[in-house]
Amino acid sequence: MVAPHDDAPITTSKRTEKTAQAAENIADPKGSSLVGRSVTINRPRHELYVQWRDFSQFPNFMENVERVEMIDDVTSHWAVKGPGGSTIEWDAIITQDQPDSLIAWSSADGADVANSGRVEFHDAGERGTIVTATILYDPPAGILGRLVAKLFQREPAIQTRRDLRRFKQLMETGEVATSARTTKELEEETA
Amino acid sequence: MRALTWHGKHDVRVDTVDDPEILNPRDAIIKVTSTAICGSDLHLYDGYIPTMQAGDILGHEFMGEVVETGPGSTLKKGQRVVVPFTIACGSCYHCGKNQYSACDNSNPADNQDIADTLYGQPMAGLFGYSHMTGGYSGGQAEYVRVPFSDVGPIVIPDGIEDDKVLFLSDILPTGWQAAENAEIEPGDTVAVWGCGPVGLFCVQSAFLMGAARVIAIDHFPRRLEMAAKFGAETINYEESQTYEALMEMTGGIGPDACIDAVGLEAHGLFVDNVWDQIKASTFLGTDRAHSIRQAILACRKGGRVSMPAVYGGFVDKFPLGAFMQKGLTLKTGQTHVQRYLPGLLTAILEEKIDTTFLISHRLGLEQAPDGYRMFHDHQNDVTKVVLKPGFDRVAA
Repeated sequence: MVAPHDDAPITTSKRTEKTAQAAENIADPKGSSLVGRSVTINRPRHELYVQWRDFSQFPNFMENVERVEMIDDVTSHWAVKGPGGSTIEWDAIITQDQPDSLIAWSSADGADVANSGRVEFHDAGERGTIVTATILYDPPAGILGRLVAKLFQREPAIQTRRDLRRFKQLMETGEVATSARTTKELEEETA
Repeated sequence: MRALTWHGKHDVRVDTVDDPEILNPRDAIIKVTSTAICGSDLHLYDGYIPTMQAGDILGHEFMGEVVETGPGSTLKKGQRVVVPFTIACGSCYHCGKNQYSACDNSNPADNQDIADTLYGQPMAGLFGYSHMTGGYSGGQAEYVRVPFSDVGPIVIPDGIEDDKVLFLSDILPTGWQAAENAEIEPGDTVAVWGCGPVGLFCVQSAFLMGAARVIAIDHFPRRLEMAAKFGAETINYEESQTYEALMEMTGGIGPDACIDAVGLEAHGLFVDNVWDQIKASTFLGTDRAHSIRQAILACRKGGRVSMPAVYGGFVDKFPLGAFMQKGLTLKTGQTHVQRYLPGLLTAILEEKIDTTFLISHRLGLEQAPDGYRMFHDHQNDVTKVVLKPGFDRVAA
């Protein structure tokens, strides 16, 4: 077979079997659908790593995450908005941690919403740092699917890129941009 | 507060809405003293711009007094400021390169999806100009929340009247950037299509940049007269054939630089289906794309074409062959307002640039719907409407 000569990231592949390859990059893969997204952030790698490593900060830029508590250095407890004002909760374990370059996590066994992810930090010279998130999740199906759909607001790919944009805004400008005019509008937006 | 709100085609009203509040550390609240209706506001008025929502507050040309500041703002209460229509964070890669209208961060994360899909990457947030560019409440109101107030607004010295500096918010820097994009060399002949506010500022800017001759093209006599006052030669395209006239007036060479300032004045945002709708209407017709086609054909070989006019969707019959064969350069883009503010403010204070000539009507905020109607229906005589919320406050 002739090599396809394709340096494009696996997450952009048209071939579904590539998902399995991507999963190999996550130490304890959970979930069967793949989302990948990169964003360049005009801040040093170390600063971004430190901010991300503190999962309790996720609600500042992840729209659907209500809170994340660090139980110990590798275990976190997640509370995420579900349908009808409900909250879905699970534990996640940090499976890989390379300071200033890589963090990977997976939901603990028995979680209602199996998911796992990995975020990498690469130097981008004068442009700062390229942050690449790879998320594996179970696609929507049945009741669980509806939970997942709500969890990721329509589609995980959209949610991931929006959350990464907010992370970039927060790190570059110190705040998350909003076009709300009043506190009330802002609360409705983030509800 | 009172604010001019959009409710649909030819339906704008002055409503009472909630006052803006400080929501982020770098915000400031501005009490508006002057705000203009832009030609591009007419395209919202005509219902051509997608992603508008009933109740949106319009207006992106405004100035006023700082009345409240967040802890990260560098402004002080009581200062008078002009606010750029482009919202920019000042800290992303593009802001660092002075490409403020390409700011990565000012368009809220959820709103960026639309432009991401249409244009490949999202552009900066804008005041009062649909939800694709952020959904920010605009300046045709008593008060405005201004994000990143440490980056955008420029402080105006005491004693300088609003009318002299208001157009720093958009149309003056837009005209200036268009002339800069034309890369004018001393002795050049520059042709400007369209003598709306942006075109008229292009005329002034081109002369300041060393153009020997500027040829202005329009069909409204009043606007051509204004161009002539600034030293431009004129072509009324209803009286004469533009291409033939340009060739004769330049000895068969063609203008060294051509500026297309016809159309939506720099910030209309169109999708292809809306574009088709526009093409079908007699109001806009196909003349919009006609001006850029004509600019490319008339431009001298190896010359420059600058396009402040907006083409948001797809244009057919683009003369790509002429463009390539003649080795032309095309530069365009939304205005990086912040880049030009200090220099242009100085030019106004030194009276090198005249801005007040443009204003034909001054109204209170409550008369804003009349202002839209007049501006829409009488383009020859109504060159610029400035709204003064203070007029109402004084009257009340």
